Amino acid sequence: MSYRIVGKKTPYVDAVDKVTGRAKYTDDLRLHHPLRVKIVRSPYANARIVGIDLSAARAVEGVVDFVVGADFRHTFGVLPISKDEPAMAKERVRYVGEPVVAIIAESERAAVQASRLVRVNYEVLKPHLDPQKSLNESTDLIHPELGKKNNLHKSVNQSFGDVVAGLRSADVVVEHQFEFESVTHAFTEPHATQVEWEGENLTVYSATQVPHYLHRALAEVLELPMHRLRVVKPHLGGGFGGKSDPFPHEMIAVKAALKTGRNIRLAFEREEVFYSHHGRHPTKISMKLGVSRDAGIQALDGYMLIDGGAYGSFGVVTTYYNGVLLQGPYNVPNINFHCDRVYTNKPMCGAMRGHGGVNPRFASEVLFDEACVRLKIDPCEMRLKHFHQPNSKTINEFRITSVGIHHGLRNAMAASGWSQKYQKLPFGKGIGVACGFFISGSALPIHWNEMPQSTVRLGIDYDGGVSLYSGASDIGQGSNTMLAQMAAEVLGLPMTMIKVLAADTRHCPIDYGSYSSRVTFMAGNAARNAAIRMRRQLLEAACQLLECEAPIPTPPGEPENFFRQGGRPPDYGALYLGANPNYEDGYLFVDEKIVAPDGREVKYLDAVRKALDFQGALQSKGGYVSPKMGGSFKGAGAGLSPSYSYTAFISEVTVDPATGFVKVDRVTCAHDYGQALNPLAVEGQLQGSIHMGLGQALMEGMRYDDGAVQNASLLEYKIPSPFEMPEVVIVPGSGDECEGPFGAKEVGEGALAPFIPSVANAIYDAVGVRLYSVPLTPDKVLEALRQHAGGAHAP
Amino acid sequence: MDKESTDKEMIVTLQVNGLTVRRFVPATMTLVEYLREELGLTGTKKGCDVGDCGCCTVLADGDPVLSCLALAVDFQGREITTIEGLAKGQELHPVQRAFVDEGGLQCGYCTPAMVLNAVALLNHQANPSAQEIKECISGTICRCTGYTKIEESIALAADRQRGQK
Repeated sequence: MSYRIVGKKTPYVDAVDKVTGRAKYTDDLRLHHPLRVKIVRSPYANARIVGIDLSAARAVEGVVDFVVGADFRHTFGVLPISKDEPAMAKERVRYVGEPVVAIIAESERAAVQASRLVRVNYEVLKPHLDPQKSLNESTDLIHPELGKKNNLHKSVNQSFGDVVAGLRSADVVVEHQFEFESVTHAFTEPHATQVEWEGENLTVYSATQVPHYLHRALAEVLELPMHRLRVVKPHLGGGFGGKSDPFPHEMIAVKAALKTGRNIRLAFEREEVFYSHHGRHPTKISMKLGVSRDAGIQALDGYMLIDGGAYGSFGVVTTYYNGVLLQGPYNVPNINFHCDRVYTNKPMCGAMRGHGGVNPRFASEVLFDEACVRLKIDPCEMRLKHFHQPNSKTINEFRITSVGIHHGLRNAMAASGWSQKYQKLPFGKGIGVACGFFISGSALPIHWNEMPQSTVRLGIDYDGGVSLYSGASDIGQGSNTMLAQMAAEVLGLPMTMIKVLAADTRHCPIDYGSYSSRVTFMAGNAARNAAIRMRRQLLEAACQLLECEAPIPTPPGEPENFFRQGGRPPDYGALYLGANPNYEDGYLFVDEKIVAPDGREVKYLDAVRKALDFQGALQSKGGYVSPKMGGSFKGAGAGLSPSYSYTAFISEVTVDPATGFVKVDRVTCAHDYGQALNPLAVEGQLQGSIHMGLGQALMEGMRYDDGAVQNASLLEYKIPSPFEMPEVVIVPGSGDECEGPFGAKEVGEGALAPFIPSVANAIYDAVGVRLYSVPLTPDKVLEALRQHAGGAHAP
Repeated sequence: MDKESTDKEMIVTLQVNGLTVRRFVPATMTLVEYLREELGLTGTKKGCDVGDCGCCTVLADGDPVLSCLALAVDFQGREITTIEGLAKGQELHPVQRAFVDEGGLQCGYCTPAMVLNAVALLNHQANPSAQEIKECISGTICRCTGYTKIEESIALAADRQRGQK
């Protein structure tokens, strides 16, 4: 079926505001007479706070008040099972950059001047910086209040099948240790929060991916009823997971508003963004892969040690995702993984694009490549034989629906000239393959509840414009555009008639925000549901004008169609018509008209006004509820998703054996995103994933010295420039996802992970050395070449 | 500078988007602060305040300048163009139009700078090479797009502008 809007190159709905400078980001808002807040941070990684002397700071003209740790009673954390973080340090600091004192002043200058006069007396302690040592530490723990016997935050161990037997049956067993530096999101907009009084209530404008989580955390930590707080996300300058937690500075800003009765403005300096971090965990992996010539990967055994930094953040989820995302994209009958997340005295790590799945993917794809080389089998052909099949189940009981990677990889092979190049290029030039797999939203919520995962509300009034209310956050990925497309398509209206009002906790239905690649699948489905319900109301009015019987809507189908394995009763009747529900009713909604099967037409606006005669206001709502899925073992919910994306990458590199310098020349990418709702956005997400993956592959890393970030600037933490970006060729690799809205699934995250090992595998093809430490910097390439010297492939 | 001179205030008169503006500000005020805080021209973004990210780029006599590294007072007598000064009424500048049509933006935070970089390039070079396009945006960081669609947008704007001539 072809559509008018869905599937067409659609400019982002906020693009004009963004190219004209009209788009307001959090720090662009101009509130009435705001006070400014400046945070004084810990210079030590591990220390006891002995005393704080504010007298000199207080004397600065313009200083109004302070916020300190003692102002807060409750700790918080994005996960209800891991609320270990104070809004501000109380008796001790646990990382360099932890907030200790906040100055509230009439001007930024006064706040900055006072910040230099705050005297904090610390008793400095020996920091725990090495994750392995920290894991074995039994005294002077980072979180003694948690009552644990060491600094382990979370440990997950899952085992399926018989790994020992699987390894024994394999034709070749490959194993290695891997190491990964931490990488950070490096979004261009630094964190910012403003707080505005409205009567007795407070509106918090913040650069957040999840207004709802912030809303909850603020209410708890500030001890206010939720209805007194409203959280609004203005335009957001990039997130990538790094703005999905509630943050200390957001609590500080609200506390400052409460203490002073004034509006508050707070914005980070870039250096503070690095302290705040929440990026990808530094990781050590020890992995073993048993591969058989005919049956592919027979066994995978992995141990992951991830360095969480000082607090929990999303770390429990990261710990699971390090293992559970290894169950794809291949059938692996025997798998065992163990992941430990350990506290250290460093800025905390959390969710970052490809959450938890990126580093283990590197390990498994590099080992798989090595096994194929040893078995003398083409690594593409080997992969092609062992991908998941559509409508199947993995060993850990993930429900697999659509799988497009088979023809995706074939397309990538053809477009890259794989078979003419692999193992045939001159020394220094190489080609490599790697594949991956990712969720389209998590089936289970962080806060256990029975609500739909996503709800969208539509309203139409006399002018005929459609207001679409959604709690999902457009963080630059284009979710507002996607939501508008849903309504415009179903209602036959131009995009300009849909106004998306999103990410405002007062006006929008609750939504779990923008992370885990959930928005298109879940909020998109909710929007489609809501639009269909609106269509029915308009159709009834149109039929009255045409003096004919309105068609009886297609029933939503039997509950078991959505709740395939039983599960909770579908009492969402008024809300939920199913995943990607049908709306064929015999009528055509097009060009602001409703066309009957006999060719007679009703103008859209006439139908709206007829409907208003009876209702006064036209409203509809729609939701998304994922089917009941998954096994019943402990941790079975982790990684469960109503649908998975698949990616195949073929990368071509040039390696200079004299300098060790690696240049990625060309990347061919096939990503199974189902149907592309907006090719502009799909391409943009894939190109962006490659850019971020390239940074981690070749150059990015948080460098610490004694726990202090040494490269806390965008000059020293270098991300790829236009000159490092390879040529990107995107080839088709997807089909229809029957449960995704208009057939769509994830595209924003999954492609990042396999890109990195595709580069490493290409380096091997180029110069015959394997690299096990990421980023793949020239010094490591040179060292590997030196060790390899004398080998068959060396110069 | 000693404390007294950093606190010294003075009248700074600038030409911004064709308008003469005058403010009594600290002599050390940067151009980005002057534009954002004094004039409310928040289209100019502050991403790092130390000249690394390029998001604060504006044009001074047609050339890109990092407004976070520039003192407002040094720009007296020069014509400043910010992102707010490009469109003619409702009609977008061809570079702005191309960024919209080609999806040369995602989060939009670097977009004003990218657009202004491109405007400066196309004013000097109507038919830029791929290399020149990369060079013109290489001082500004974009974390969303991988630069590909930004480069395509600039190439499209160049094509369209030449077509109009």
